[in-house]
Amino acid sequence: MNMTAKIREIGKQGRGREELLAVLREARESYGCLTPEVIVELAAGLDLPVGEVYGVATFYSFLSTRPKGRNNIRICKSIPCFLKDSQIIIDTVAEAIDIQPGETTADNRFSFELTNCIGACDKAPAMMVNHRVYGGLTPAEIARILAEHK
Amino acid sequence: MPEANIVLKNCGVIDPARLDSYLAEGGFEALEKASGAMTPAEVVAEVKASGLRGRGGAGFPVGLKWGFTRQAPAEIKYVICNADEGEVGTFKDRYILEGDPFGLIEAMAIAGYAVGAGRGFIYLRAEYHFLKDKLAGAITQAKEKGLLGGFEIEIYEGAGAYVCGEEMALMESLEGKRGEVRYKPPFPPSRGLWGQPTVINNVETLMSIPRIIKNGAGWFTAIGTEKSKGSKVFSVSGDVGKPGVYELEMGSPLRELVEDLAQAQDTKAVQMGGATGRLLPGAMLDTSLDFENVLGAGSVIVYNSSRDMVDIVHRNLEFLAEESCGKCAPCREGTQLMVVVFKRILAGKAKERDIEFLKELATTMSLTSLCGLGQAAPSTLLDSLSHFEDAYRARMKDIAGAVT
Ligand SMILES: Cc1cc2nc3c(=O)[nH]c(=O)nc-3n(C[C@H](O)[C@H](O)[C@H](O)COP(=O)(O)O)c2cc1C
Ligand code: FES
Repeated sequence: MNMTAKIREIGKQGRGREELLAVLREARESYGCLTPEVIVELAAGLDLPVGEVYGVATFYSFLSTRPKGRNNIRICKSIPCFLKDSQIIIDTVAEAIDIQPGETTADNRFSFELTNCIGACDKAPAMMVNHRVYGGLTPAEIARILAEHK
Repeated sequence: MPEANIVLKNCGVIDPARLDSYLAEGGFEALEKASGAMTPAEVVAEVKASGLRGRGGAGFPVGLKWGFTRQAPAEIKYVICNADEGEVGTFKDRYILEGDPFGLIEAMAIAGYAVGAGRGFIYLRAEYHFLKDKLAGAITQAKEKGLLGGFEIEIYEGAGAYVCGEEMALMESLEGKRGEVRYKPPFPPSRGLWGQPTVINNVETLMSIPRIIKNGAGWFTAIGTEKSKGSKVFSVSGDVGKPGVYELEMGSPLRELVEDLAQAQDTKAVQMGGATGRLLPGAMLDTSLDFENVLGAGSVIVYNSSRDMVDIVHRNLEFLAEESCGKCAPCREGTQLMVVVFKRILAGKAKERDIEFLKELATTMSLTSLCGLGQAAPSTLLDSLSHFEDAYRARMKDIAGAVT
């Protein structure tokens, strides 16, 4: 079943609210970002007010209403990682892909953001690329990790 | 005191991908005992007698919560496992979910039997997506073997929001809404998920349940202190030689955890309980780890003498300002204001009255915020003012010097 059909099915069963987070997550992954057009379409399919869908889409950090690259890099900026020199990792990544946190590369390959604790403080400094967690980072490893993500 | 081995008993021992290895360690015997030889009321009574208290931060008595939920008159009830683990510096639930998923499933089924719930949810933080398939596999195996007796467990993934660890915000999120805190009362045991009576417990809390049922409440109450029974699992990070997860009997000295086990040296301060937790100076390392003294959710961040506590507190406040859900004004505005004033301190522009203002603001937030985030947001700030006032003075003096 394609996504539009699936969403309409959920809407018809009145499960729109219950499934909203999952649908938004899936939509964000397949469209890259939750544009106003996508939100309006989802709201209609799920039979929910547009405002409500927009409200949820903007609340959570894993959902995004701004365009994202194919691979999303999130470097932890919380204290345990900060104590292990996360700033050096942030600088190394910024230099390697030549963008600052909050930006996306021109070729759309990477988005880059800073995040709060990802529960890997025993392996600080840590970061996520998409759903994968990388810990015990050193600047030397960054190039290899980035090369894994096309 | 030696390291305890209650909650983490199976971690690193069983193969978390194979049910038979859990069964070989006596897995599901507690559920069998509970549902075979005990009435639901007896299970609740046993948990009450054990004195077990919640490990997610607040320390509420588990038996009491289960008892309220059991007595609530409703056809449909739910059990929720809080696996949102968003507190800065915590990763113990991740370690448990990775190492012993079956133990959690068994515990949830026992909870379901005790309170009369047919359905349970594991609310898993988005950052732990990599654990989802493993957990789902464990649920499927237990179900196919007929071990859950019709109790359904679903995994619900969060989407990145610290405040969703707060039980009311978590339920809003589980219902597909913005994760904003609800007004209390009513509390979850009377009106929780979709308005139905709900038990919500932290991962680690639930892990003690099978042991209590199997060995009896008397066995559990012999461990720990008068008001804190059993063990606690800690996540230790920061300036230590061996960061990691450690389980200790309640009442153990903090020094044993940070110096003997995690191998910290030259400790200036320890932050207990994450961003909303307490800041203890190195001179207080003999404090005992229990609800009577200091515990939180078990996040232990160690700072050595090279750290600037004003900078650390500033980072805490920035975190809280970002993660406030925005529903109540004292927390939404208060956390932002604290950051603004801190920027002045860091820039050397603060005056004495700024410190007075911070203290006054802290009192207002503690008294009037809707949930624990806003209520406890100023706690590291207040602790740093009482233990590290010099660090603030130094910042203020510097500037005075610069002006002349
Ligand atoms: C801002 C905030 C964040 C919280 N985050 C978590 C969390 O990540 N995990 C958790 O188990 N409890 C968290 N709690 C505590 C829950 O509200 C609740 O007390 C807990 O899930 C109850 O389970 P327990 O009694 O087993 O600890 C948080 C509370 C607040 C105020
Ligand atoms: S502080 Fe970076 S993972 Fe916890």
